Amino acid sequence: MARRQKRSWGATLTIVPFWVLVLGAYVGTMVWTVLISLTSSKMLPNTQFVGLAQYTRLFATERWNIAVHNIAIFGVLMMILCLVIGFLLAAMVDSKIRAEDTVRTIILYPQAISFIVTGLVWQWMMNPTVGIEKAMHDFGWMGFSFDWLVTPDKAIYALVLAGVWQGSGLIMALMLAGLRGIDQEIWKAARVDGIPTWRVYVSIALPMMRPTIVTAVVLMSLSVIKAYDLVVALTSGGPGLSTDVPAKFIMDFFFNRSNIGLATAACTVMLIFVLVVFTPWFYFEYFREKNGSR
Amino acid sequence: MSKIATDLGRDAIIAHREAASGQISVSVRDLVIRYGAQTVLDRMSLDIGRGEFLVLLGPSGCGKSTLLNAIAGLLDITDGEIWISGKNVTWDEPKDRGIGMVFQSYALYPRMSVEDNMGFGLKISGLPKAEVKARVAKAAQVLQIEALLKRKPAELSGGQRQRVAIGRALVRNVDVFLFDEPLSNLDAKLRAELRVEIKRLHQDLGNTMIYVTHDQIEAMTLADRIAIMKGGIIQQLAPPHEVYNKPCNLFVAGFIGSPGMNFLKGRLAIAGDTVAFDIGDLRIPLHAYERSGGPLVDGAEAVLGVRPEHISLGDAASGDDGGRRFRTPGRVEMVEPTGADTMLWSKLGAQSVTIRVSADVAYHLGDTITLALDLNRASLFDAKSGERL
Ligand SMILES: Nc1ncnc2c1ncn2[C@@H]1O[C@H](COP(=O)(O)OP(=O)(O)O)[C@@H](O)[C@H]1O
Ligand SMILES: [Mg+2]
Repeated sequence: MARRQKRSWGATLTIVPFWVLVLGAYVGTMVWTVLISLTSSKMLPNTQFVGLAQYTRLFATERWNIAVHNIAIFGVLMMILCLVIGFLLAAMVDSKIRAEDTVRTIILYPQAISFIVTGLVWQWMMNPTVGIEKAMHDFGWMGFSFDWLVTPDKAIYALVLAGVWQGSGLIMALMLAGLRGIDQEIWKAARVDGIPTWRVYVSIALPMMRPTIVTAVVLMSLSVIKAYDLVVALTSGGPGLSTDVPAKFIMDFFFNRSNIGLATAACTVMLIFVLVVFTPWFYFEYFREKNGSR
Repeated sequence: MSKIATDLGRDAIIAHREAASGQISVSVRDLVIRYGAQTVLDRMSLDIGRGEFLVLLGPSGCGKSTLLNAIAGLLDITDGEIWISGKNVTWDEPKDRGIGMVFQSYALYPRMSVEDNMGFGLKISGLPKAEVKARVAKAAQVLQIEALLKRKPAELSGGQRQRVAIGRALVRNVDVFLFDEPLSNLDAKLRAELRVEIKRLHQDLGNTMIYVTHDQIEAMTLADRIAIMKGGIIQQLAPPHEVYNKPCNLFVAGFIGSPGMNFLKGRLAIAGDTVAFDIGDLRIPLHAYERSGGPLVDGAEAVLGVRPEHISLGDAASGDDGGRRFRTPGRVEMVEPTGADTMLWSKLGAQSVTIRVSADVAYHLGDTITLALDLNRASLFDAKSGERL
């Protein structure tokens, strides 16, 4: 008993710095952001309280509404495609591992991980000034244009394509870990039962991977909401506003347009969205898994 | 008259059984299994009779699961053939071999109900819905899990899960059941319960069953024949009583029985046609021992194996039994009550022996006793080869 007391003290002490960090860096800045969004701050933060005026302005801003619309298309398409492609890739690698002897597994894992790296490469390839188009022009084919990025109604799909390519590697790695975690005796039982391999993946493995899928969806949603670097690298939100997203909107209003009040209001809207949509889902899933019921 | 009739009837049944057991259900022929450079099974051959309950028993890593998986068709075999019900199935998929299999981890499909777990394979094979339902209901009735059909595996106890897994094999209406340590994940009480259930199932269905375990109690209670394996080689293939009473080598003798057989190290002393066994200056005459045919060499090192229950305690002058028992004085060095029996520890020569005695009589440390070794039921092994002599 005494020993346990002592150990838990040690544990508490170890955790203290992290709590300070979490409370200060995360919660503190969040609270600050929300507070600023209630003021009339322009270039510098001030304390003139204006209630929800910034929010009213935000929702009346055409550019914000376009950004929200864009992120919805981008998010839904990317998540669905990433999950499907990630799962298919993982199933391919997994079935290959099961067919080979255990030693080869070690060689297959890096191959799987390399998809993630490929995602980054894709981002560069799509970029007109350094990617495929540039290469073709350098080869002398000046007429070549990979113009999705510069055509307003296609640019968002180019963004999805790049996002999927970049994201499905990580999703595959997650799904592969999930598939590898499935008891090999279940595979044997299914074989004795005469269930075709694809059917085992769809009807038995996929339902078992619910926690993995939840994790994947949560991770992807976060990266969708934060989607900034991808947009800046590929399109800078253009042409026009056709690939503008909330994160880009916020950065612009923060640093280029010097409108901190509006930017923090947008931040707060995103925060509330995340909390409202994901927290209950996340908790529900994890709570159920922990209880082992279902 | 009626006695003759019943005798005839019984003979007919026995004759029928013998004819039936003469039929071979599963035949493993010159089976070789290699994983890379490691040869797990090397030219193994084994015939299992129709309706037989064969237990593969051995320490872990000896290749039991490998053999079972090879019979099931779950792994690629390097060489050899597998025949089931008179058909060469070496290249057939598991589903086409007429087998059902039950695994240690239950291997149920976690997100499916009990009903679907049992019926999914049948549904996939294109069996009509009504037929699937009927078979599942029948199996559920046999296994007494009718009330659980709508539940998910996570809502079942270990014993119930394993029943469902057995049910999944049952609905396939197959000739051969394969079990891979089905009870190893259960606690002792459930294990005993389900063991009886499996035995009853075998008696009712009469299917061929091949059962892998490392638990000798399971092997002894369930098996028609036990195949004791070590290092990928079947050491002895015989009915339980024979494996127990006439182990063919030191490994089998030591593996079967708990607490284990007493092994007394000594030398053979042969003079004319009398054989004796010398432990130090103690000479044990062996004329009551049934030899198994191995050559006896004067002065050769040997091991005399005596099970704890084949040493009784009596007084030195008790009646003559034709030299079947060898008596020698000893002293109680430790008392270990186990409930039904009590284990006593004593010395014979300078070597420690355990004796199983009834718990009714109280023994105390230091008591002087007379050990009576039943040589008729003892085993004699060559010390070098370990083979039974
Ligand atoms: N997939 C595999 N790859 C390599 N070696 C294996 C594989 N499966 C089993 N083995 C080896 O084969 C031997 C027998 O294994 P197994 O049949 O599972 O033993 P048991 O079931 O008797 O405990 C072990 O030495 C094990 O290391
Ligand atoms: Mg095993």
